[in-house]
Amino acid sequence: MADATATARNAIANPRATLQDLLPKIVLAPSFAVILIFVYGFIAFTAVLSFSGSKLLPDFSTWVGLSNYVRLFNHPNWIVALKNLAIFSILYIVICSVIGLALAIFLDQKIRGEGLLRPIYLYPMALSFIVTGVAWKWFLDPGIGLEHVMQSIGWESFSFRWIKDGKMAIYTIVIAAVWQSSGFVMAMFLAGLRGVDNEIIKAAQIDGASTFVIYRRIIIPLMRPVFLSAFVVLAHLAIKSYDLVVAMTDGGPGTATWTPALFMQKFTFGRNEMGMGAASAIIMMMMIFAIIVPYLYSELGGKKK
Amino acid sequence: MLRKLLIGTMLGSALTAGYAASTYAAGGSVEVLHWWTSGGEAAALDVLKKKLESQGVTWKDMPVAGGGGEAAMTALRARVTAGDPPTAVQALGFDITDWAKQGVVGDLGEVADKEGWDKVVPTALQNFAKHDGKWIAAPVNVHSTNWVWISKKALDAAGGKTPENWDELIAVLDKMKANGITPLAHGGQAWQDATIFDAVVLSLGTDFYKASMIDNDPAALGGEKMVEAFDRMAKLKSYVDKDFSGRDWNLASAMVIEGKAGMQMMGDWAKGEFLKAGQKPGSDFVCIRFPGTQGAVTFNSDMFMMFKVGDDKKAAQLTMASDIESPDFQSSFNVVKGSVPARTDVPDTAFDDCGKKGIKDLAEANSSGKLFGSMAHGYAVPAAVKNAMYDVITRHFNGELDSKAAAAALVEAVAAAKG
Repeated sequence: MADATATARNAIANPRATLQDLLPKIVLAPSFAVILIFVYGFIAFTAVLSFSGSKLLPDFSTWVGLSNYVRLFNHPNWIVALKNLAIFSILYIVICSVIGLALAIFLDQKIRGEGLLRPIYLYPMALSFIVTGVAWKWFLDPGIGLEHVMQSIGWESFSFRWIKDGKMAIYTIVIAAVWQSSGFVMAMFLAGLRGVDNEIIKAAQIDGASTFVIYRRIIIPLMRPVFLSAFVVLAHLAIKSYDLVVAMTDGGPGTATWTPALFMQKFTFGRNEMGMGAASAIIMMMMIFAIIVPYLYSELGGKKK
Repeated sequence: MLRKLLIGTMLGSALTAGYAASTYAAGGSVEVLHWWTSGGEAAALDVLKKKLESQGVTWKDMPVAGGGGEAAMTALRARVTAGDPPTAVQALGFDITDWAKQGVVGDLGEVADKEGWDKVVPTALQNFAKHDGKWIAAPVNVHSTNWVWISKKALDAAGGKTPENWDELIAVLDKMKANGITPLAHGGQAWQDATIFDAVVLSLGTDFYKASMIDNDPAALGGEKMVEAFDRMAKLKSYVDKDFSGRDWNLASAMVIEGKAGMQMMGDWAKGEFLKAGQKPGSDFVCIRFPGTQGAVTFNSDMFMMFKVGDDKKAAQLTMASDIESPDFQSSFNVVKGSVPARTDVPDTAFDDCGKKGIKDLAEANSSGKLFGSMAHGYAVPAAVKNAMYDVITRHFNGELDSKAAAAALVEAVAAAKG
């Protein structure tokens, strides 16, 4: 009887060991397959589309070579979109980082009520870009928002009408995006600041370094990985920026606030130019890869050492 | 054993599925994809739904609102790609032609021949509702876009005479400005800019409209007359208020209704806003054709495009098409919607003064060959070219281009979109 159970146990133990070996692979297989098809498969599909003459529906009978890309870079709206992307992403990343770092440093001074202040700054992140966009659209609208309120409380000469001005409208989108994201960057920096070794700071204080010097020479340089992470997160948000623009200006006034993502959506689905839309999507993906790949390379390469 | 069981279950489920499909067909049903979700539009569509239900046809509603039908067209792409198109889809102009070219649309010939649609539907509409000589869509209505809606009070204060040509229009606008109101209520969205542009081009001659907007002749698109059209747009821009950009069209209508603005240049869907606010045509507001476009009409027509469906659904589809074209439906629907019937033999008794004028103008323009598809609403050029024109028009209207540069850019943009 006892012998029998022992043999049975052995028989079970072996399959169990095999199962344990296989389990991670079995668990990962579906998600791997899903990602392979729905991410990389569709990237390949988009790349193929961008060389086809697809208009309303995908069309694999006409091949146009690079003509979609040529037309793309000759299109004034795409040039506007690229310029806007440059303005938007540079200002968005720089201002978010500066404000995020400043807020984090101030919150890190062991002040009272940090538990209350932190969520206040972080809260905008909980809103979707659509909500942010609509709220800021109303707030900045001269007829009902800030300008109207200021004038009705007596400041008659007050004027703030960037959102109606083709040259300035893109900056209003920067304002809304910074408002939305800087709290998140603050949280990243705060986590980084909490990770700084107190011993280093104490040693610096003993050496007579002022607080300013400690921050400039020691703490901020130590934040390098956080800067990098913040940059990667903000940069891809900037390249993808679509919902905020749609909610705030829908590309207007005129075509002044078009962004690459807006271009892709409008051309693929509104203008029945699926080939050109796919080409713009591929260019956007290449821009994101240009940022992400060096980042991943440095991260993964670092670990191997 | 297991395999047998499996096959058994599969057969069983196939049988139940087949059974379900057959009971479904017995009732007859139509699945309708549309974007008429706002109050007045939904009420108008309800007329059709009730009529079909009284004939025992079930209505499966598939409303996709947003972007003037853009969201609905995106949903339609997914359905067609999956090989399961809806029975009928609300569609406009060149979208219908584009879908027809994909070979996925149905054939309404049976009903159309029996009921003689060829004779009663305006020819310009048939160009879209028919493809390769086959009826593929049932036109529901005709909106004309070259209307001006003027506040009676503001007009009386500005002399009381409705403008009949460009100079008189400018004189009235100037007087309204002097009277301290916004002369022109307008929303700065590309399609609204383009709606005015349509009328402005048409006011410079029907031949010019045809050559530039429909035939896209580069000489007309970039010529002296086009520069003048852009100059007129710039002139009109000087009469809008400074907060115009991004405003929705119905808010612009509200400005005229409230007396804050003098007039709005918009298609006849704007009439619905005036009527809803309790205003009466003639006494509270005046409807005129855009000065200089009398006798001509630029149209925008809602149609239900019919897709290829299985035989089980075909009968219900044909019933729906026949109902849409029946004169009593055309009358009751369009009274509610604010448009005019898509056939020229429907009595105008149920319509208000503006509706009557619309019906008369349409019949006249149809017989004199002055009925043109509206560029702004997708009835003159395909979506790619239309939007390329939008870009130039809206950039010019927002002051990014001067008139000469705009005419040149128009030629270039149209050529690029066609390439």
